[in-house]
Amino acid sequence: MDYFIELLFAGLTRGSIYALIALGYTMVYGIIGLINFAHGEIYMIGAFTSFIVATVLSIYGFPLLAIVVIAGVAAAVWSSAYGFTVEKLAYRPLRKAPRLAPLISAIGMSIFLQNYVLLAQTSDFLPFPELIPEFAFMEPVAHIVGSSDMVILVTTTLVMIGLTCLIKFTKIGKAMRATAQDKTMAVLVGVNVDRVISATFVIGSALAAIGGLLIASHIGQINFYIGFLAGIKAFTAAVLGGIGSIPGAVLGSLVLGLTESFATGYISSDYEDVFAFSLLVLILIFKPTGLLGKAEIQKV
Amino acid sequence: MSDSPLILQVQGLSKNFGGVKAIDNVDLDIRQGEIVALIGPNGAGKTTFFNCLTGIYSPTSGEIDLSDPRTGKTTRVNGKKPNKITEIGMARTFQNIRLFPTMSVLENVMIGRHCRTKAFIFGAIFRNAATRREEAAIIECSYDILKQVGLHKQVNEQARNLSYGAQRRLEIARALATEPFLLLLDEPAAGMNPKETEELVALIRLICSEGHSILLIEHDMKLVMTLSDRIFVMDYGKKIAQGTPEEVRANPAVIKAYLGEDVDA
Repeated sequence: MDYFIELLFAGLTRGSIYALIALGYTMVYGIIGLINFAHGEIYMIGAFTSFIVATVLSIYGFPLLAIVVIAGVAAAVWSSAYGFTVEKLAYRPLRKAPRLAPLISAIGMSIFLQNYVLLAQTSDFLPFPELIPEFAFMEPVAHIVGSSDMVILVTTTLVMIGLTCLIKFTKIGKAMRATAQDKTMAVLVGVNVDRVISATFVIGSALAAIGGLLIASHIGQINFYIGFLAGIKAFTAAVLGGIGSIPGAVLGSLVLGLTESFATGYISSDYEDVFAFSLLVLILIFKPTGLLGKAEIQKV
Repeated sequence: MSDSPLILQVQGLSKNFGGVKAIDNVDLDIRQGEIVALIGPNGAGKTTFFNCLTGIYSPTSGEIDLSDPRTGKTTRVNGKKPNKITEIGMARTFQNIRLFPTMSVLENVMIGRHCRTKAFIFGAIFRNAATRREEAAIIECSYDILKQVGLHKQVNEQARNLSYGAQRRLEIARALATEPFLLLLDEPAAGMNPKETEELVALIRLICSEGHSILLIEHDMKLVMTLSDRIFVMDYGKKIAQGTPEEVRANPAVIKAYLGEDVDA
């Protein structure tokens, strides 16, 4: 039973990290119908930024909590700047082009960012400092749920609640929903759609950066290539839940995380990715719109 | 009426799609407080004309000048982005209803207030006193507009659940929320029953009496003749007639456009 609970928590942790990244995919898709393949790289840049900031701060002997907060904020801001710029340079000029063009542009951006980090940093795996300590009060359950799992779960839950409030109650949230539902009409009632799109990229990138910090600290090492697999997995999760749907992205991520966790725990860890992508294939065969996705109705 | 200031001046407007001249050298002007109708057979280019005015299409040639009667400032709007034109003070509704279907009635109207308020992402995150005050003002004002069009009892309903006539009125409310001085209505009475049409006429009169000027496309001739101060008639992209309802009704070119040429003549 302990083993089951351990796997359950490991799955939830994994799922909530996927969710932080998947939200960026799904929000961007919901608004401009683009799969932003460079999103995984934004997450990787978030991990690198927090790595650099955390290392510098720990040299100066900052307390751990301060390091986590400052590194998190720095990663979020820096990744947002990247997300904003990528949209401006690679997608905005192609706004009126056929759908395939920005998609290719996104793949190009992803390759570019990977190689840029490879050249600017290193091709080696870098040891990431352990930013989340083992809490004393977690001692009795430490063999089942680690402290970092707990921190990841709590942080992502808070972030999701914040995002939901942002989208439900604020002006920018309303503008985002309106833009997703009918872009032309949103412009005609005075919404500055370009700004809404930029904001979407900024928010998505900030979430991915927080994910980058958490997972890097959890796993303990980073590399220029981590964005690729994380991006593909999060994209899988977004499609699983129904791309374009925000609750769908969260649900899809949790389902994916749990599937991977139980499959590796009870069957074999060699097949982790096999299970993840088989799940995707099955969902696409039996429910092509994803778990919570709605069928796209073409307007006549 | 003829001495009130001009708020819209269109000169020599043309729009080509490849070799098709959808609009061919059309002039049109509207004065403050007028209700002007744009009529013509199907495919005459009326909606394309609206799309050029609101910035969805950029015209091939010609000029569009908007003058805000509140400030007296004149702006040339051709080539400007639609949201900029909305900010200057022109709003529109669509022939086929285009609401935000899964947002509430109130939210649909609140969206229209966007271009009149400042707070954006930072305000949204930090929610300072100014943002909260602004938000409260938006809700109050949106509610007032909904009251005006008679939808204040359904503020929390999703827009797609409203009846057809109510959806049309909500579209008008959303357009009004952007504080336009000129409102463009594209076939506002399409698909309405006589009672709904009657209510719509009363609503348009009310909006007009509050200082908004109106340009409407409509096929319901009874509505056009009773409401309009002046009528412009288009056919095959060209303006073929203009004048008061009486003048237009008697104009042989208009009769020809609608009924075709008399074979025996």
